[in-house]
Amino acid sequence: MPDEDKKRPDEDKKRAAHRALVDRVLNGEGRASPEQRARAFSNADIPPPLHALIDKVATRPAEVTDADFAAAKASGFSEDQLFELVISVAVGQSARLYEAGLAALAEATVNEEAG
Amino acid sequence: MRLDILNRGYGPGAKVLFALIRMFSGHPVPDAAKLVFYRPDFYGARAKRFTHEAMRGPSAWSVADRELMAAFVSKVNECAFCVGAHTATAGQAYQDGPKVEAVLADLESAPVEDGLRATLRMLGRLTREGKVSAEDMREVLSAGVSRQQVEDALAVCAAFNTTDRLADAFGFELLSPEGFEAGAKYLLKRGYR
Repeated sequence: MPDEDKKRPDEDKKRAAHRALVDRVLNGEGRASPEQRARAFSNADIPPPLHALIDKVATRPAEVTDADFAAAKASGFSEDQLFELVISVAVGQSARLYEAGLAALAEATVNEEAG
Repeated sequence: MRLDILNRGYGPGAKVLFALIRMFSGHPVPDAAKLVFYRPDFYGARAKRFTHEAMRGPSAWSVADRELMAAFVSKVNECAFCVGAHTATAGQAYQDGPKVEAVLADLESAPVEDGLRATLRMLGRLTREGKVSAEDMREVLSAGVSRQQVEDALAVCAAFNTTDRLADAFGFELLSPEGFEAGAKYLLKRGYR
């Protein structure tokens, strides 16, 4: 295997920094509850007034509008809660992409590792 | 930005810093920079650390290549702010703006090495479809890209899939071409810390 692929001391720094971000957003203190943040992170079981905003951030962020935020605010969410929930869904969606990419890479190189 | 707290909710320290940046750069502070100063313990501090590690940490990819990946992923996400910012940064890093424009216009005919092209193709598919196959990864590896380089590229992809979403959701204001060039100069000098 090329030298570059040998274990290097910093090789997990990117992953560790990413895990720290995910962990903080999901489990640290916040104005939105950990349950609300977890649902936003997973883009699952989002109540109707929030659903349009959260689902758009996950799947078609360029289509988010002022009206999506207005609807969420009208249903009682504060700006700080929306700040956290939008970050949660953005971090969640990109974490799934990261995991999917790493899993495909692991599958593609499984024989190389066994050998 | 769409939340008032992101326009006006900063403490005195951040406000002084924003004023200094305006004074010395001659440009308003980009919304991307402002965002990480709002309640940095929730997002900004760790997001900066991860993004800096992905974009400037040790890697066999050059800084220019990684900025190009950021621009390319942002193009797939149709994120105008991030396309502008990272097209300018990649162009300065390569000292070749037309090369970056060519990749964003048509990856397959652009004048880049096969390994980089295969990697960008894979990042585009992952960003667009939410998944890639082991076969997609084998294609990248067979183009001469190391396993570690694929991992490094996936970190860039993760960082910009987050930033692109926040830019569009919170509504980052587009900069002038001069503003994007000034921002690019800063990112190449200081990184994302």
